[in-house]
Amino acid sequence: MAVLPPNTSEADFNNALQAFAAAVGDEWVFSSDEDLKPFRDHYSPVPLEEDELLASAAVAPANVEEVQAVVKVANQYLIPLYPISTGKNFAYGGPAPNVRGSVVLDLKRMDRIIEVNEERNFALVEPGVSYMDLYTYIQERGLKVWLDCPDPGWGSPVGNTLDRGIGYTLGFYRDHNAAQYGLEAVLANGDVIRTGMGALPGSDTWQEYKYGFGPDPAGMFSQGNYGIVTKMGIRLMPQPAHYRNGLVTVPLREDLGPLVNSINYLNDLNMIGDPWYGSPLRALLDNADFRAAATRRGGGIAEELNRFAREANLHSWQVELQFYGSERTTEANWEYAQEVISDRIPGARFTAGESLAIPLTPEQLHETTGPYSSNMRRNITQGVPGLGIWKNLGRTQSLPDTWAQGHLGLFAVLPRSAESIFEAQQVFADTMADLNLDGGINALSLGVNWYQYAFLFSAGFSTGGGNADNSPAGKKKIADGLKALLVVAGEHGWGEYRAAPYFQDAVSEQYSFNDYSLRRFNETIKDAVDPNGILAPGRGGIWPGKSRG
Amino acid sequence: MGLTLLATTYTAYAQDSAAVARGKAKFDHSCAPCHGKGAGDDGRESLPGTYSLKIKYGETLPAALEDRTDLTSEVISVFVRMGAWSMPPFRKTELSDAEIDDIAAYFAVSSRAGN
Repeated sequence: MAVLPPNTSEADFNNALQAFAAAVGDEWVFSSDEDLKPFRDHYSPVPLEEDELLASAAVAPANVEEVQAVVKVANQYLIPLYPISTGKNFAYGGPAPNVRGSVVLDLKRMDRIIEVNEERNFALVEPGVSYMDLYTYIQERGLKVWLDCPDPGWGSPVGNTLDRGIGYTLGFYRDHNAAQYGLEAVLANGDVIRTGMGALPGSDTWQEYKYGFGPDPAGMFSQGNYGIVTKMGIRLMPQPAHYRNGLVTVPLREDLGPLVNSINYLNDLNMIGDPWYGSPLRALLDNADFRAAATRRGGGIAEELNRFAREANLHSWQVELQFYGSERTTEANWEYAQEVISDRIPGARFTAGESLAIPLTPEQLHETTGPYSSNMRRNITQGVPGLGIWKNLGRTQSLPDTWAQGHLGLFAVLPRSAESIFEAQQVFADTMADLNLDGGINALSLGVNWYQYAFLFSAGFSTGGGNADNSPAGKKKIADGLKALLVVAGEHGWGEYRAAPYFQDAVSEQYSFNDYSLRRFNETIKDAVDPNGILAPGRGGIWPGKSRG
Repeated sequence: MGLTLLATTYTAYAQDSAAVARGKAKFDHSCAPCHGKGAGDDGRESLPGTYSLKIKYGETLPAALEDRTDLTSEVISVFVRMGAWSMPPFRKTELSDAEIDDIAAYFAVSSRAGN
């Protein structure tokens, strides 16, 4: 073993490993270098450095009783546990812990699909179930319910929800934590709790009324460290009869404001699925003069960028719309979207996309030759989990030897307004120029609307790929730059929605209202429910008392 | 004697065919979403892993893992446990050593069958 848990002697650690083995079986305790290699963060910003977040061992229980037994051992030896579901949240840390030397609690073996209900539209699953597993289960039985999948889709609904992951269909379902309906968790003292109606013996509404009576602590298990989630209910979308999409473009830079407001209106009436913004002017970025205008320090100048657009006969902005319902209601919603946008934006153009009965055929799922070139990958609009997005990280014909091998980045939460987008374009681009980093931000950068009521504005970096530096030093430079960018974003009121363990303290540091009163509240709870600080110390920026000094 | 040999051969065959069936199921579950022969779900001709290996090997080796005759358990284990560039490694809770053996058994058949 290369790493020990903090403040733990080798003798105590060996005793703990034996106790873990007694709890789960010898074959489900991993402590050799070979076995622990896949528990590293494959995209770590600090690979092979002294501060790489390595596990000392991993333990894989098969059921709740074994989880309780592992927790008991961890308390006895004061060893931190880091629970993972399927460990597939790469670029958000993967299976690697917040604290170097933690024992990873690998819940992959807990992989039961306990219920999928197609009349009442929910599922109840264990952490080791992947989106692909659940999708296959539903398809094999011909059930008429949909998942809302993250991309890639090989992770766990439980893990993704606990990390507040997102998807691509209708607003409520895209926010995976919102679609969480009731969970079971093992606490640090070994107690098992069920939230909401799960606390009422004999209740059959655990996945239908998430609150029960009194405070609902379910949300505290997301990005938190108060317990080990062993079951979770998720709401499923009833399979719609029809899918339709359409493209909207608007001519002027200043049209982004009324376009965003129009989409907010349609989005909040639940008339559209994930709206996907873009700019047709990206086609001009190879033009040196345009690129200079789009990356001008201080932000893009509307008059100048409008002139480029006019001369190229291109519109400035676009948004792709998705509609779910019946053939007639999706048609009516598309017509209404055109009416709403036309009323607000002179010169807006509309291109009808495809109109497809659901379920799509395999050919339709792979088809990309619609009436317009779409940036929305078809499978994610249909709740079909896949790994196609991995295309962004593999070899390409143009980069056969220096392809992108990983990525690091951040997503800042912004208001859904053009003003915030224009400000973020300028602040992010100028900050990265100051840091001598190229995060791809320019006057065409836009937010994503995965969360129904907010934009996420990203700065991302390939590690490897083209001229990008894939060396440890190159990754460290990006990591340091991202931490600096977090501070600048925080000064503008923009915080991260999610982060890898390596960045979680830096993110948490920005949430400072009233001298960090929220964090102090979280710490108070942490100390009360986990006095030994054994559960994922540091996750979500919450450290136990013994680590706070 | 002859019957014993026949029974032994049959048992070995049954075990092998069971391993091949398990290997195909595990390959379909854990590997094919990236390394299968299907079309990419993004309009590409092939899935990302297959696409990447096609560029890597050109005409020297098949791009699809199921067509490879050189992927023994030992070779598969190296890539599965270590990862390879953008492909993250897989833990034993995801893919056990025995399951890797089954996948190798499947490749031994699939690469001959022109699967």
